[in-house]
Amino acid sequence: MSVEAREARQPWILLSPALTAILLLLVVPLIFILVYSFWLRTATGADIAGFHLDNWQEALTDRFYRDILLNTLKISAITTIVCALMGYPAAYFIARARGNKAILLLLLMLPFWISYIIRTMSWINILGVSGALNTFLLWTGVIGEPVQMLYNQTTVILGLVHFLLPFMVLNVFVSLDGIDTNLEDAANSLGATRWESFLQVTLPLSLPGLAAGGLLCFVLAAGTYITPLVLGGPTDAMFANLVFEAIITQLNWPLGSALSLMLLAVLGVLVMIYNRYLGMAQLMKGLG
Amino acid sequence: MSSVSLRNIVKQFGTFTAVHKANLEIPEGAFVTLLGPSGCGKTTNLRMIAGLLDPTEGEILIGGRRVNDIPIHKRNLGIVFQNYALFPHKTVAENVAFGLKYRDVPKSEVPKRVQAALDLVQLPNVGDRYPKALSGGQQQRIALARAIVIEPDVLLLDEPLSALDANLREDMRVELKRIQDQIGVTTVFVTHDQSEALAMSDQIVVMSAGRIEQVGTPEEVYNTPASEFVANFLGASNIMKGQCAAAGPDAIRVETPVFGPVDVPSAKAGGVANGPAKLVLRAEKLTLMDTSADTSGMISAPATIETVDYQGQTVRYFLRVGEHQLQAINLIDERPFPQGATVTAAFRAKDCAALPGA
Repeated sequence: MSVEAREARQPWILLSPALTAILLLLVVPLIFILVYSFWLRTATGADIAGFHLDNWQEALTDRFYRDILLNTLKISAITTIVCALMGYPAAYFIARARGNKAILLLLLMLPFWISYIIRTMSWINILGVSGALNTFLLWTGVIGEPVQMLYNQTTVILGLVHFLLPFMVLNVFVSLDGIDTNLEDAANSLGATRWESFLQVTLPLSLPGLAAGGLLCFVLAAGTYITPLVLGGPTDAMFANLVFEAIITQLNWPLGSALSLMLLAVLGVLVMIYNRYLGMAQLMKGLG
Repeated sequence: MSSVSLRNIVKQFGTFTAVHKANLEIPEGAFVTLLGPSGCGKTTNLRMIAGLLDPTEGEILIGGRRVNDIPIHKRNLGIVFQNYALFPHKTVAENVAFGLKYRDVPKSEVPKRVQAALDLVQLPNVGDRYPKALSGGQQQRIALARAIVIEPDVLLLDEPLSALDANLREDMRVELKRIQDQIGVTTVFVTHDQSEALAMSDQIVVMSAGRIEQVGTPEEVYNTPASEFVANFLGASNIMKGQCAAAGPDAIRVETPVFGPVDVPSAKAGGVANGPAKLVLRAEKLTLMDTSADTSGMISAPATIETVDYQGQTVRYFLRVGEHQLQAINLIDERPFPQGATVTAAFRAKDCAALPGA
């Protein structure tokens, strides 16, 4: 075999284990789900196979699903904005730190060593009725009896921000770290104050990282069901909770399949819009 | 346009002293080069003049005004960075116009000023391109245009040519000097390249290990180095130990073990007194000849050629003359001497300089 032919074949050899896994664990199950979504559930006995649009009709027309979808998008958007506002300054600090950036980045990764579920549940110990904050406020006399601070939309957003902030910081950091510091110096020398040169030079050049971080936060937030389950109240269900409910609780696989494909489609459109304007390359940079 | 003064400038980074008590007067309109190897403090000095670093001690004056506490964006300086530092998300015209936004330039005036700057750097037609689409040399010209369009009081150039390849570097050198002559702006140029410094400067400031070794015109620093460091940094020099026997009004006699007495002109032997002295002889002033050649009026000694470094137009010899290993750079007449040849190494006393000390 010629050298060129070997080199042309090599990427495929290296990719094949990953491609096999994606095919068997992602593509094939996704096809099952697509097929399921057209089946019919009966109250008793086995689901009826075939091509029925009933589940899709219910998922697309029922106001309940639409409201929860909109609420999910709203919570994800708020989470993303909070992550951006909190994450950008942190990323800027790390990128411009004179000391050891590696240690700061390691600290950022540290929470990933603890399970996301445990991290989410830890808020119960902080904000719960007998949690740290209530105990402290009772002790100082600010409140007379414990206040229920958990199980509302704010705590859901709090939990999501806690979970997603490192993704935002990492993406923005990668973007900022690639910007030549001479550019800000050059802008300053030409008469721009530090704030003006940030707005004119650094911020526009870091937008791709901010957008990549935003997309990741939004998609991960919109797909979560653990945070609303642990930290949300009865009315704070997000869309993935509906899928969970349909499949696990009601054993209604056909409806659950249709709902999960609906969420996938909505998020897919977002990713396509992002890709259209910014390209996937930036996202890859942030993840790497 | 303004003068620049450094008064007793000290810059410390932690315990490391990057600049020791620097004093420097740069007259209005001059082209002054800070020359030295990396880590000598030349860029630190430039960054302090720019306001990108604060001096630990001392005063910086621009146009007679103390600027220590004036932030960089109010100093009205044009800076050209080694890597150009053009804004990649702005077009060439937007890059050049950037500094005008922060000055009282009427909106209608801006395109004219930008075009004039682009004309000056001989790139009149690239305004709507992005920096990425330009070559390194073109980007450098745009960086220069961006720095001069604001009519800065002082132009600061931080190794602006070092990222260019050799041919382009020489073209840009001529170009840069032409533009500086044309607009007459006070210019501080930082480089480690002695030929750039010699070719472009009105004054050269040679720096080493945070200290200013010598300030002078290119001819002065080249012909009359103030220290062994300067003699070696600007081209190749031979330094031979000797004794100063008699200091006369016109010449100073340095006794050398190999070449005997050498009468160095007093003007080139500042500070040399009776006692130990060093004779400085530039490699291109040491001429190799056939042993039979006439050396009258010259000081000579027999030498053996150890290495021949052929460079086309010139040749560099490493030779042994008694206890010394010397260098000679000669124009090639017909063919160079071969390795191992025995020749006569000769020079004229008036081409030598002398330094005090052992």
